[in-house]
Amino acid sequence: MDSPQTETPPAILELRPPRHRVSRTAIRYWTVRALVEWLVLAAIQVVWLLATDSDRRAWHIAGLVATALVCAAHLIVMPQWRYRVHRWEATAEAVYTQSGWFDQERRIAPVSRIQTVDSERGPLEQLFGLSNVTVTTASAAGPLKIRGLDRDTADRLVDELTNNTQANQGDAT
Amino acid sequence: MTPDLPADPTTSDPTTSDAVTADAVTAEPAPAAATHAEQWRRLSPRMLAVHPVQELVRALPALVGLLIAGSSSGHGSAWSLVGLGLVILFGTLRWFTTTFRITPEQVQVRRGLLRRRVLTVPRDRIRTVDITANAMHRVVGLARVVIGTGHSSRQGDDGLKLDALVAADAARLREELLHRPTEPQPVCADADSAASTGQLATTSAATTAGRAEPGDPETRLATLDPRWIRYGPFTLSGLLTIGVLLGFGWRAVSEAGIDPAQVGPVHDAITQLGRAGWLVATIEVLAGLVVVSAVASTLAYVLAFWNFRLTRHAGGTLHVTRGLITTRATSIEERRLRGVEFSEPLQLRAVGGARCIAIATGLRVGRGAERGGSLLLPPAPRSEAVRVAGEVIHDVRPITCQLVAHGPRARRRRYTRAVGMAALLVVVFVALRRFAGFPDWAWEASLALLPAAAFLAFDRTRSLGHALVDGRLVCRWGSLVRRRSVLSCDGIIGWNIRQSYFQRRAGLATLTATTAAGHQHYAIQDVDLAEGLLVADEAVPGLLRAFLAAPDGEPAPAR
Repeated sequence: MDSPQTETPPAILELRPPRHRVSRTAIRYWTVRALVEWLVLAAIQVVWLLATDSDRRAWHIAGLVATALVCAAHLIVMPQWRYRVHRWEATAEAVYTQSGWFDQERRIAPVSRIQTVDSERGPLEQLFGLSNVTVTTASAAGPLKIRGLDRDTADRLVDELTNNTQANQGDAT
Repeated sequence: MTPDLPADPTTSDPTTSDAVTADAVTAEPAPAAATHAEQWRRLSPRMLAVHPVQELVRALPALVGLLIAGSSSGHGSAWSLVGLGLVILFGTLRWFTTTFRITPEQVQVRRGLLRRRVLTVPRDRIRTVDITANAMHRVVGLARVVIGTGHSSRQGDDGLKLDALVAADAARLREELLHRPTEPQPVCADADSAASTGQLATTSAATTAGRAEPGDPETRLATLDPRWIRYGPFTLSGLLTIGVLLGFGWRAVSEAGIDPAQVGPVHDAITQLGRAGWLVATIEVLAGLVVVSAVASTLAYVLAFWNFRLTRHAGGTLHVTRGLITTRATSIEERRLRGVEFSEPLQLRAVGGARCIAIATGLRVGRGAERGGSLLLPPAPRSEAVRVAGEVIHDVRPITCQLVAHGPRARRRRYTRAVGMAALLVVVFVALRRFAGFPDWAWEASLALLPAAAFLAFDRTRSLGHALVDGRLVCRWGSLVRRRSVLSCDGIIGWNIRQSYFQRRAGLATLTATTAAGHQHYAIQDVDLAEGLLVADEAVPGLLRAFLAAPDGEPAPAR
C-alpha cells in the first residue's frame, strides 16, 4: 500500500463492481434450483386441492394459477438479474464480492485477515460443474461467498488465495 | 485433606480426545508420563458435597410437587426419585473423572466417564478468565473458573470450565493465566495445592512477593453507588425473573396435580377480574405486572450488581467483580479490547440512565450481556457511564462527539418502514373483521400502532449517526435499545455494503464493519453511499482504494 495520507480522496466516491463474472452455467443452475423450490410449493397446493371438497376448489385453483404466474416471473427475471449482479475479484491485498439480486451486497475483506478458504459443491451444483468458494475471516459476520464459479476457476482461486494468505502470518483478529 | 493426588491410572489413557474449538484449542492425547513437574490435579474435594445439593436444587420443583401430591398419585413419583438419585450419582462421579493440569504452554482438562476427552487450550490463546461462585460455592469457599478462548463467541461452547476450585486458588490461577511474567516461570508447581489450604497460603504469599509491583497495581474505574439502584426498575430484567418464577411454579403445581384455578387467592382474583369490565381488568393486570416487574427488576439489579467494581490492572487487564449471592469476577485483557458500547434502552434513557459493554474479542455479547462477561457498567447515571466508557478506551471524545446525521432520505426510509408495517397490520385486521368475523375492537385497537410506529420512526431517525474520531469508528442506531458503538479501526477486518432495491433508489446503503469482537459486526444504517465509502476508506486506508472509481467511471487516481 502506498501512503494514504499524502492525497485527499476524490470528493465523491463510487465503488466499482468487481471485475469478474461468475460462470454462465450458473444461470441455468439458479433456474433449476428455484424451479425445484416452486415445484415443492405447487405440490403442497395440489395435495391441499385434492383434499378439499369440490365447491371450494375454485379458490385453490386460483391460488395454483397465481403460484404458476409468480413462479414464471421469478424464473425469468431472477437468474438473469442475479447473473448480472454476482461478481468477484481477488487482488493481492483484498477479496471483493458482489451478490444478490433484489437486495444486493458487496463484501470486502483484506487478504491479511483471511482465516480459511473453502470450496464446496452441492449435488445439484456438481451436475452443472459449478463450485462455491467461501472465504472466512475471524469475524462471524463476514464470510465472503462466491457462488456459481466453474470448477477450474474455483480451484485456481482457492490456490491463489491460500498462497496469498500464507504470506501473511498473524492472529488476524 | 489429601495432600497428594497422583494421576489416576484409569484416566491416563484417553480413548477420545476432542477439541473445544476448531483452531483455538487443539486436542491431543495426554502424555503417558508427566515429564514436567506439572501433574494432573483434581478439583476441590468439597465439590463432593456441592454436587448433590446442586442437583437437588435443580430438581426442587419436582420434589415440591412430590411432597404436595404425596405418594398416592402413582408410580410417577417413584420414578422421579430414582431419576434424581441417578442424577446425583452422576454429579458426584464427575468429580472423580475430572482432572486438569497447567503447564507452561497449555491448560488441559480431562473429563468424561465413558467418553474420555482431553481439552487443551494453549496459554497464549487465553482471552478471559471468569470466576463465578454461587451460594453453594460460597458456603464451602469454592469458585468456578471458566477459561475463555478467542473463539468462544462464535461457537456455542464456553471454553474450559473448572467447577470448582478453592476460591483463593481460583484467584491465583487467574493471576497466573492472565498476568504471565515475561520469562517462563514454573507455574503451579504445587500440584496438590488444590486440596491443601495450608500450602496454598504460602504459595499465594510467594506469588505476591514475586510480582513485587511498585505501588498499587490496580486503578479503580468505577464502584457501585447504592443510589444507582433506582435504575433497577427500568432494566426489564424483572420480566425474565417473572417468567422463570412462573415456570418454576407451573412445574411444581403440575407435578402436584393441582388445578391452579381452584386455589383460594388465584380463584378469588379470577372471579374478581371476571366481574369487572374488560377495561378495568386490563388495567389491573397491567398495573400488577408493572409493579411485580419493577420489584423483581430491582431485586435482580441488587443481586447481580451489588459490590460492583471495575478496576484496571497494571498487567493490562480490566477486572469486573460483582454480585450479592452469586459473585462473579471477570477479567478482560485490554490487548483484546476493540472498543466499547454505550447502550441506552428506551425506558432507561427516559430516566437518564445508560450502561456500558465491552467490545472485545472472545467475549460473548448478546443473550443478555449482563450474564455474559462483557458488561463494564450496570445501569447508572448517564454522566457516569460516559466517564467510565471514556476511561476504558482512554478517550472520552468518541462517546461525547457530535455524530453525522443521515439526513432526510434516511428519515423517509425509517418512517415508511415503521408506519408502513403498522398500516399493513391495520389492513390485515380490517380484512379479518370483514372476512373472518373478528370483533370491531381488534382493528380499532390496532390503530394505536400507527402513532407508536411514528414515534419509533422519529426516535430511530434521531438515533442514526456515525463519526470517525481518532481512529475509532463510532456508530449509533436503535430506539428500543439505542446503542453507540465505538470500534477501534484496527479491529475492523472487512466491510459489507448492503443495499436493498429501495436503498439503491434512495442512494443509501447499510455499511457494516465486520470485526472479531463483540457483536462481530457494527453497522452504519442508511448512510449516503458516497459518505459511507469515504468513512470506510478513511477508517481502513488502502483496503477500498483498488475498487474505488470516480463517478464518471474512470478509475480513481493512482496515488
